[in-house]
Formats: sequence, structure tokens, C-alpha cells
Amino acid sequence: MSGKKSLWSDLHKSLFEKNSLILTVGVLVTVSIGGIVEIAPLFYLDSTIEEVDGVRPYTPLEQLGRDIYIREGCYNCHSQMIRPLRDEVERYGHYSLAAESMYDHPFQWGSKRTGPDLARVGGRYSDEWHRDHMRLPQAVVPESVMPAYPFLETSELAFDNVEANLRALRTVGVPYSDDMLGAAVSDIETQLDPFAEDYDGFQERYPGAVMRDFDGNPDLVTELDALIAYLQVLGTMVDFSTYEAEADENLR
Amino acid sequence: MISAHGLKRAGSDPSTAIVLLITVLGALWALFAAAYAPDAAMRGQSWLILGGFLTGIILLVGAIAGGGVVTDEREYNESLIKAGVIASLFWGVAGLLVGVVIAFQLAFPVLNLEAFGFTSFGRLRPLHTSAVIFAFGGNVLIATSFYVVQRTCRTRIAGGIWPWFVFWGYQFFILIAASGYLIGITQGKEYAEPEWYADIWLTLVWVVYLLVFLGTLWKRKEPHIYVANWFYLAFIVTIAVLHVINNLAMPVSWLGSRSYSAFAGVQDALTQWWYGHNAVGFFLTAGFLGIMYYFIPKRVNRPVYSYRLSIIHFWSLIFIYIWAGPHHLHYTALPEWAQTLGMTFSIMLWMPSWGGMINGLMTLSGAWDKLRTDPVVRMLVMSVAFYGMSTFEGPVMSIRAVNALSHYTDWTIGHVHSGALGWVGFVSFGALYCLVPWLWKRKGMYSKALVDWHFWIATIGILLYITSMWTAGILQGLWWRTYNALGFLEYSFVETVEAMYIPYIIRAVGGVLYLAGALIMVYNVYRTVRGDAVEVDENVIDQPALEAAK
Repeated sequence: MSGKKSLWSDLHKSLFEKNSLILTVGVLVTVSIGGIVEIAPLFYLDSTIEEVDGVRPYTPLEQLGRDIYIREGCYNCHSQMIRPLRDEVERYGHYSLAAESMYDHPFQWGSKRTGPDLARVGGRYSDEWHRDHMRLPQAVVPESVMPAYPFLETSELAFDNVEANLRALRTVGVPYSDDMLGAAVSDIETQLDPFAEDYDGFQERYPGAVMRDFDGNPDLVTELDALIAYLQVLGTMVDFSTYEAEADENLR
Repeated sequence: MISAHGLKRAGSDPSTAIVLLITVLGALWALFAAAYAPDAAMRGQSWLILGGFLTGIILLVGAIAGGGVVTDEREYNESLIKAGVIASLFWGVAGLLVGVVIAFQLAFPVLNLEAFGFTSFGRLRPLHTSAVIFAFGGNVLIATSFYVVQRTCRTRIAGGIWPWFVFWGYQFFILIAASGYLIGITQGKEYAEPEWYADIWLTLVWVVYLLVFLGTLWKRKEPHIYVANWFYLAFIVTIAVLHVINNLAMPVSWLGSRSYSAFAGVQDALTQWWYGHNAVGFFLTAGFLGIMYYFIPKRVNRPVYSYRLSIIHFWSLIFIYIWAGPHHLHYTALPEWAQTLGMTFSIMLWMPSWGGMINGLMTLSGAWDKLRTDPVVRMLVMSVAFYGMSTFEGPVMSIRAVNALSHYTDWTIGHVHSGALGWVGFVSFGALYCLVPWLWKRKGMYSKALVDWHFWIATIGILLYITSMWTAGILQGLWWRTYNALGFLEYSFVETVEAMYIPYIIRAVGGVLYLAGALIMVYNVYRTVRGDAVEVDENVIDQPALEAAK
């Protein structure tokens, strides 16, 4: 607007507006600072993730269930992150810890609650309830606006290749042992059978994992088996009787 | 290989062969995937990918056989922009339509049509967000940036066949991503749902986009780089960085669809929202500010209000925006220091945003009467007004105490849409209404009245949308935390779901109106392009050809 000269706009004019590469580098430097200061420390500050007992990698069945959860886009309506606010803790349970999603590739904290939070849905409802709910949500919650997923109980779970899934997860940092990889395929069926031969071995690999036929149909390993196995483990891993929120290592 | 009169055949340089090589390699990969993919979804999708690459091969071989692609350095490449305008309109209508469908699904869940398995809200919502942001918004950005960079550099776009590679490669990316969502291929990260192979393809397309843009700047005939190009450049560069880092992942198989994010839990969350918020900041803001800085001055025939304000606006906006991501993670397991940083910078962001708004609005100084006489100017000005409104609302919502209430509710959805429908949508429509007569050499649009209708119907649609979502979101936030006299939570969760019925219907009606406006535009553009008698519009000024500009 005014023809007044200024040192800075002259410099800008002769430097950034004359050289596209200097402009490009200037942009790159400018936009890098925030990310470096904010994100990079999360990877090396010990205080980022609390010290807790009980968090283990998902069993192969739970992990495939998680993949179905992602495939169907459940995160579009359900969060998995309970905030330390009075009403949330009373409604959903203990607030979520960073440690509880340390093996979640990707995280599924969500951003919207069209439906309720699921961070601690594990053990809240019976398998039968989940079965009815997936078949037709309105059958158990008449006001629900959730889509029905009747095809899950008839779709056979594809798990021949599950070892490769666990191997990819190991590459990005989930501590699956060789033992776990080797038994990955058989562990799917083991988890579905409380009288399985390898019961002890499975419990050693995945301490505390629930073993039963989740979809009520022992003849077929279905996608519903996997999804319910995943939902039933959500929020149940941490032993809160030994967790001290006020301990030095957990103050953030 | 520029001959004396400036004609250039791309067939005589190696670029057509390189593009051909890329498509052949892509086709081979797709063929292997069709045969050996470990998952059924990939075996299905590989045929689509193979088809796409084969189409590319056939077209390229045809072009080479016909003597190569002709590049005339004496003219601007306008057919590229015309293709972008058509693609923008197509994807815009498609994306809005899916939006209307999922809006009705939330009111009437029977519309999820579970018998099909691929039409549920969870699969269609990413389709909607990707279609409107990346397909519609992305095409508008690519088309306008290619137009603006040619005009403001007074030179034809660089790179021979490569700009076309960017255009078609980008459409191909959209097809792969969109079809993937429907058959259940997704990474499960919001606004970054496409899987690893689609991400790699987009990275290639995007790097070429950057090089074409820079190449055009390098051969500019103007001494200085115009302000709109700073914003476009920042958008292209930053999106490349965000896209690559946020999508780092380990594929289960090099022929399969599934991959696992390189990061987990809290680190993945902040990386994702660093990406997610800057998709807003650089895709939906910086890029579209490039549009504002070119099309508003052009349309009202006035210079940008303040040059110095542009400089401050530009550098402070891109510096501050990148920090704002953690406001999506207030009160979560993200360390509090990061949340506080995110909140602080989000509030600071208010200033550069309004600086930009003032610069855009005040460009109308001396031409405010056009607000009354030119519906296109009205659209552009309304978009800047919505920009100002949502960049005020955003910082407010980023305050932790406010966010405690607003987060996880429909208030966020309303906020996003006042920015998306009001700012991004209107500034895009305004730019397209400018471009269509310029590109197809008409004296105006087919009907100015229809532009007016588009403006009013869409504006009413936005108002219905955001007011119903404010009501819905604040109600959710308050009811979730309401206690009764005995100290118990007053409402069960599902009671808040039930209360959404009416707001969700009003929102869907708002969406229908906005879609109707876009359809009116498509009809108007179609009649204009077809060459039907247009209303002579004194606001449409012929744009000089390249030779004449010299």
C-alpha cells in the first residue's frame, strides 16, 4: 500500500522472492522446528511411557481382531482413550495410560465418540452380548445408530499368513519372540479352545490371555472370533493393583 | 529440443520413455500381486491397479507412435487446467454425495445396508473425507497452482509430459485409495488411510509435482516470485514431509495390502496429529491461501492490500501451524508438556490467520461495490469470512478447558465443516467460477443468477450444518458430564445418542443444500463450456495469452 522502504521487506524481496531454492529451504527449516521440538523427545524421554506390569503383545487372534477393527473403521466412531476427568473415569474406568497402547501399531485413540469409548470395554459384556450386538446392534441397544455386521460370524478368518503379520510387527518394535512367531498359526486355534493341548505354552507366551470360543461356533474360526477376542482384551492388561500413579517414574 | 519457433516434442526427450518405464514396472508389480498376494483384498484390488497402468501404457505408446507429446513454449498449457477443473467438479460432487449419505446413516442406521458389507459408515466416512479433502481439494490445488504459477511467471509450465503425469497419477492415487476403503484396505489413521503402496505412488507423484512447480519458477520471466506461489510452494513441500513421515510403515508382504505403522501408541498419536493438523494447515489452508492471494486481486482488479502483511502472514503462519497438532490430544496419555506447547501455539495461530484474513478482505478496498454486483466476489469474500470465523473458533477449542468439553463431540465436526464448506469450498468455487470463462474464452458464465442461487443455497446449507453441530456437540459435552443430586452421572451414553436424532437430520439437510449448490454449479459450468450463450459479465476480463504478455 505504501511505498515506504523497509530493510526486511527489501531483504525478503531480494533473497526469498528471487531464489526459489532459498525459499524452499527457508520453508523446510521453518516447518521443521516445531516437529523436532515437539515430537522427537517422545522417542527418547523415559517419562513418556509409564512403568506398568502386565502389558503384553497381542495374541495372534487378538491382533487379527484388531486388524478387523481397523478394516471396518471402528475408530471413526469409537475412541480408545479415557481422559483423567471425573465423569470419564466414572463412566469408563481408570484413565488410559500411554503404556496401554505401547504395542498398538497404529494407535487407535480415536477423535470422536459417536459411540462410547472402548478403551476398557474388555470384560464389560459377555461374548453372547457382543455376538448379538454385532449381528444387530439395535437388538440389544434400541437407540443405537451403529451399523450391523452380520457377516462377521459367517466369514472364515484368514490366518494362514498370520506369522508374517507378527513378523512385520516385530520389525517395528513389538517384542514377539521366535517362539511366538513359530506358534502363531496354531495359537489362533489354541486360544479358541480352553482344553487345548498347548494351554500352558500359550499362557506362557501370552500371560493372562483369555482362552475360549468367542463366537459360540466351535466348528469355524470366524472374523467374529477374532474381533470379540480383541474387544475382550481391551483395557484389561494393566495390573492396577501394582500401578502407582504418583511414583516418580510415572509423573509426567 | 526447442526449435526456432518454440515448438517442442516430448517424444524427442527421454521423459515419455521414463513415464512409460514407471507404468510398466507398476503393471508388473500389480500382475505379481494379482497372482501371489497373501490377502484377498489385494488380489482383488491388483486388477484395478493393473488396469490403470495398462491404460497408461496404451496411451503412452500411442503418444510415442504419434510422434510424441507436443509442447508449445509460446502458449500456456491450459488444457491441463481445464482437465483439473473438470476433475475438481467431478470429485467435489462425488465427495459431497458420500457426505450426505453418511450424514443420513447417522440418523437412520438402516441405510448402512449391512447386506453389502462395504457400505457401512466406518468404510464410507474415510471415503468422504478423502474425496472432499484430497480428491476435490487436491485437484483444485493442483489445477489452480499450475494456472497461477504459469501466469505469474509468464511462462509455460515446465516439464513437457510431467505435469500430465502429476494430473493422471493423482487421479490414479484417488482411485486406488477410494476403492481400497470400500473393500477394507486401510491403515486406520485418520486422513492418512491409504495403504503403503498407494502412499509410495503418491510420494512419487508429489515429488514430480514439486519439481514441475520449481521448474516453472526457474524459467520465470518475472523477476520476483509472486506471493501466491510462496503459499503453494510451502503447501507442496510441507505436505511431502508430513506424508512421508506419518506413513512410515512395515508391509506384511511386498505383494499384500496390509502394513503396520512404524510408530506405536503415544508416539504414533502425536505423529498422526502433527500430520493431521497440518493437513489442515498446509493442504486446506496454505494451499487455498495461494488461491486467495491470486484470485481475489484478479477478480476485483485491485492489488493485494499489504505486501508487508503478506510476508508476515506467510512466515508466521507456516512457522506456528506446525506446532498445533497436540491440541487434538488434550488430556490424553500424551505428556502434558507437549499438550501445553500445542495449546500455546494454537492460540498464537489466531494472529497470522486473521492477518491473512485482513489482507484478503482489505484487497477489496475501493471495490466493495462488487460484493453487491458480482456473486463470485461475494463467494470469495464469504470464504475469507468463514476462514476468519473458523480460525477464531479453532484456537478457542484448543484451550484445554474448552477442549475437555468439545473433544470427542460433534462440535469438532461442525468446526471442521465451517472451515471446509465455508472456507475451502467457497474459495474453490470462487476460483473455478473465475477460471471457467478465462479458460474456455467466454465473456461470462452461462447464468449469473445460477451463481447467485449456488451462493445462497450453499450458505444456508452451511448455517444449518454448523448450528446443528454446535447444538449437538455442546449437548453431548454437557450431558456426558452432568451429575444428579445424588452425585451419580445423570445420563447414560445412549441417551446422548438418542438426542442426536434431530440435529443429525438438520445436518443432513444442510449437506443436501450444499450438494444442491454444487450441482447447480456443475450445470452452469456445463452450459458455459458447451458454448451456450453466456451473460456478458463485466467482471470477467480476458486473460492475456503468453505471446501477448511478452
